Amino acid sequence: MARYILGRIAGLIFTLLMVSVITFAIMHAVPGGPFDETKQPLPPAAKANILRKYGLDKPLPVQYARYMWAALHFDFGTPFQSPTETVTGLIARVWPVTLSLAGIVILLSYTLGLLLGIVAAINQNTWIDQAVTGLSTLGIAVPNFVVGVWLILIFSVKLHWLPTGGWGNFRELIMPVLVYSLSPMALVARYTRVNMLESLRADYVRTARAKGLGERTIIVRHVLKNALIPLITVLGPQIPNIATGSIFIEAVFRVPGLGRYFYSSATNRDYPMIMATMLLAAVLWGTTYLLSDILYTLVDPRVRLTGKKNQ
Amino acid sequence: MTGLVIVAIFLMCAVFANFIAPQPYYKSNLADNLQGPSAHHLFGTDPVGRDLLSRIIYGIRTSLLVGFSVQIFAFAVGIPLGALAGLRGGWIDFVVTRLLEVMTAFPSFLFAIFLMTILGNGLFNVILAIGMTSWIDVARLTRGQIISLREREFIMAARSYGAKDRRIILRHLLPHALPPLIIMLAIGIPNAIFAEAGLSFLGVGINDPLPSLGKMVGDSLSYISQYWYLGIFPTVTIALAMLSFNFMGDGLRDALDPTMYNQ
Repeated sequence: MARYILGRIAGLIFTLLMVSVITFAIMHAVPGGPFDETKQPLPPAAKANILRKYGLDKPLPVQYARYMWAALHFDFGTPFQSPTETVTGLIARVWPVTLSLAGIVILLSYTLGLLLGIVAAINQNTWIDQAVTGLSTLGIAVPNFVVGVWLILIFSVKLHWLPTGGWGNFRELIMPVLVYSLSPMALVARYTRVNMLESLRADYVRTARAKGLGERTIIVRHVLKNALIPLITVLGPQIPNIATGSIFIEAVFRVPGLGRYFYSSATNRDYPMIMATMLLAAVLWGTTYLLSDILYTLVDPRVRLTGKKNQ
Repeated sequence: MTGLVIVAIFLMCAVFANFIAPQPYYKSNLADNLQGPSAHHLFGTDPVGRDLLSRIIYGIRTSLLVGFSVQIFAFAVGIPLGALAGLRGGWIDFVVTRLLEVMTAFPSFLFAIFLMTILGNGLFNVILAIGMTSWIDVARLTRGQIISLREREFIMAARSYGAKDRRIILRHLLPHALPPLIIMLAIGIPNAIFAEAGLSFLGVGINDPLPSLGKMVGDSLSYISQYWYLGIFPTVTIALAMLSFNFMGDGLRDALDPTMYNQ
């Protein structure tokens, strides 16, 4: 087990390296730099100075090596867009907002989604089931910024109940959280429902019913555990999805998070920020995949990491 | 079924946009701008005086165009790579699997944004950027399918009479691997539409005057308190498009592969 983990971590590091190389290559391969005439008209001497300050006048492999060496010391440079702070400082300032939004959303959508899915599976083919299935299809299909616009229209413009955006007090975060939770909640509900339905048909459930166990006991003690295990592989990777995908919500509701830096750094050719954001996203994804795989094997005794699943 | 009907309507809009739309999408009359729905302009006008209904009809065409083109691109790149990796094994498989792993580590939508800011806006770039993130799943699915199929007897039989790899792939393996691929194609279209709408909403997608539903949503935000209709029509259209394609995809999935994909 420890060996497997080490192997996966090694793979993750390799992947991160590749991500950094690819991002770096694409960044520099494309015309346009951060200090072009179109962005900041500078006399040539000043421009040369700035380029020298950020090390942009050195050959590319040297730049890459310097960046990676600094990164190993956790120094990710200075964002060109905001030269008064470091990349680490900027991210530390801005990422917690995105993280807290993502955290609330994950809590809300997973718990509600689980509940809805379970309820729908237990009451299969009743109106409850139809309602949950219908709503979950809507939640998955309709893009979240579309729903965001609708909610703003209804609750802010017409009814004046809620503010249109910002991120400070409780009223401001109701709508972004609600809107952003819809899609994951729908996904969770759907998967939970399917897994529950499958588990409810299994032989051991029939045995339990034959033994005379009450329906509730069966569900709580047996079905739930078995149904929820496959969910880990699906829902685990959803977490970095939610953490990095809040761009639209942040744009629509003016939440001051990391989201807009993903594209503002690319547009402004802010090389340190581009590398930092891409690497951050890659780290999130890689670790979450690894953690969910490990969790899966810990929870399901039938699965062995290097072998085949026996079902 | 309803999905199919709505999709058909959308397809008609897309193909026959020139004939259906009351006005060309770029014709603007500044004096008329920001009007509400009226007899003359069924959906109203946008901030520069273009007829909203026409722009939505043309916007549907853009979205569908992107959706289908992205899938064509993704499949053109993904199937050969996945098939080769699955069939040959060895170092090709190793390289492709590593590549798939690395590309998966990039969050797909962010990578698309990144590509778009670098390539610049425009319809072709949007298709390219979204396609670059879509082929990964196609390749992975193809490879998985081929790996599970290649040990079957009919493949052994084909090899035993000397069939070359390409022939094996084209004539034997792919037809059996098709059902999940078709499902992925159908489900991928709404994802591509969503991606295009999202990119344009953020401003890194398609530019004016080419109409894009996502861009219309994005532009409408600044006017939302006074001119609510600017936001409603494109958002409803996007929602309808995605819902109908999803329904169609679900129906396809139920028809083609009821065992493998439970819902």
